[in-house]
Amino acid sequence: MFGNLASLESDLLRQFDQLAREMESLFAPLRGMSDIRATGRGAFPAVNVGVTPEAVEVYVFVPGIDPDALDVSLQDNLLVIAGERKLDYLAREDVNFYLRERYAGEFRRAISLPEDIDPERVEATYRDGILRIRVHKREAVKPRHIEVKTG
Amino acid sequence: MAETTAISQTQETVPAPRREIVLIPPVDVFEDENGLNLYADLPGVAPDRLDVRVDRNTLTIEGKAVIETPEGMEALYAEVRSPHYRRSFTLSSELEPEKIEAKLKDGVLQLYIPKRESARPRKIQIKVA
Repeated sequence: MFGNLASLESDLLRQFDQLAREMESLFAPLRGMSDIRATGRGAFPAVNVGVTPEAVEVYVFVPGIDPDALDVSLQDNLLVIAGERKLDYLAREDVNFYLRERYAGEFRRAISLPEDIDPERVEATYRDGILRIRVHKREAVKPRHIEVKTG
Repeated sequence: MAETTAISQTQETVPAPRREIVLIPPVDVFEDENGLNLYADLPGVAPDRLDVRVDRNTLTIEGKAVIETPEGMEALYAEVRSPHYRRSFTLSSELEPEKIEAKLKDGVLQLYIPKRESARPRKIQIKVA
């Protein structure tokens, strides 16, 4: 019985590892490449961008923010995410701080997206501190399968 | 002989531990009269992928972010290169790790580590002679 439990656990761990590996292989080869609008290391919020044949996927890492307080806009190919992260405890006078690393205050990030997007078709969702924005590509630029007819 | 060979091959195929990128989450730590507060940014970590543990006097926070990526997605650009967060802290003896309270909301972990009753500050009355 415990043998079964152990194998279940290691199977779960393997799945997590698999997930981690996929993430790494997905985003790791990009070292040294960055967008011209990227701010320095440790900027808030961090951003990842990926593409599929159908859409551009933008992941904005904004933990602890009410999604209603986020301002997301898209003009031409420029996606702008603005907002403010308020840390109420910073105003407390009865405490001593030992570490102060979390970002506090207003922020604004601009991300230039590829040319072939359709700015009318955008979806945004927020979960566990990640804002995910999907911008669909224009129909015409999706790869089409061309049938070769025999003469 | 053939059996021995088979066994040694099995052992060789056990994968070596893989070097994994681990992100160090930014934290705020502050103390009030009754204990220590810790806030950590762990975007993408759901409660079932979070592990907060105390081993002797070491507090370790570990989490794995779940980031839904559509099949066939190619990365264009990335600032977060791993879904794995980990950070450890040494606790001093006046804290009560068995009474840690943890909350996780919108990718932010909030920990409260109370001090032992005896370690809480007492106002000392100064008598005027």
